[in-house]
Amino acid sequence: MKFAIVVFPGSNCDHDAHYAAEHVLGQQAELIWHKDTSLRGADAVVLPGGFAHGDYLRTGAIARFSPIMQEVRRFADAGGPVLGICNGFQVLLEAGLLPGAMLRNASLHFHCEHVHVKVEQTDTPFTLMCPSGRLLKIPVAHGEGNYYAEAEVLVRVEKNRQVVFRYVDSSGQRTAEANPNGSLNNIAGICNEGRNVVGLMPHPERACELALGSADGLVLFESVVKAVTEGAFAASR
Amino acid sequence: MRARVFVTLKPSVFDPQGTTVAEALHTLGYPSIRDVRQGKYFELEIDAASAEEARRLAAEAADRLLANPVIESYRIEVEAAARPEMVR
Repeated sequence: MKFAIVVFPGSNCDHDAHYAAEHVLGQQAELIWHKDTSLRGADAVVLPGGFAHGDYLRTGAIARFSPIMQEVRRFADAGGPVLGICNGFQVLLEAGLLPGAMLRNASLHFHCEHVHVKVEQTDTPFTLMCPSGRLLKIPVAHGEGNYYAEAEVLVRVEKNRQVVFRYVDSSGQRTAEANPNGSLNNIAGICNEGRNVVGLMPHPERACELALGSADGLVLFESVVKAVTEGAFAASR
Repeated sequence: MRARVFVTLKPSVFDPQGTTVAEALHTLGYPSIRDVRQGKYFELEIDAASAEEARRLAAEAADRLLANPVIESYRIEVEAAARPEMVR
């Protein structure tokens, strides 16, 4: 299968995602500049981490207007699997492809550390190889990952089982201490109603080999390979 | 024509930066400054025939880009003041 990894000016985890897809998983992966207007037949799209457009104005606020985003929207609307990691998650929120918004971390600190997240939903293309409730140890590195949604939106997101990843402690308990940024309900990652678009603040692509301290993130990429190979969550063309 | 756009977090949204600024002010000896909400301020220079048109364009810019309606609201002031080269 083929991954498209979108490169915005200021993306800095694009090559990490490319490495995970191509070298760790042995799949095809192509870096696609944000001014391009084609995803070149990719089966899955990754919006990587970084600081697109310097995070000026708001994180992701300018990137959402990049020409490639029209194609990403079309691909997502057609059911194709889209993963937004960190800044990529912020872009998906600003673009309205996922509900809610990001605020500055409650502590005001930039948090760069390994955290534990619990996989709560396994019927997305990026988690279908995870047993439900599996804990993943993956790093976060962000200053604005404090997930917010209006009360009625939050209720809907929870009711629709759109919370895919939640910050927990190493024993799997959802505690305030395990929440690195003040996110509502310890939310680390969500999906859209169609479940094909997933965004999360932690960086699975930085945890794909044991040499990096954890290989727990690999399952997200393995899952989408399986999803695409088996024809689940393919974009209708 | 100049439009001023003030973007602020909605009252229901927690503002960690404003809270920290308020705490700093308390440390500096201003306990009477009870709360601080931090926002953004934009000055738009607009070629428009009327204040109404300038306001409409500023609102469109705010809706589409300057503010995120999930967390922010905005207020616009239009000033028909002459630009420097127009001052006689």
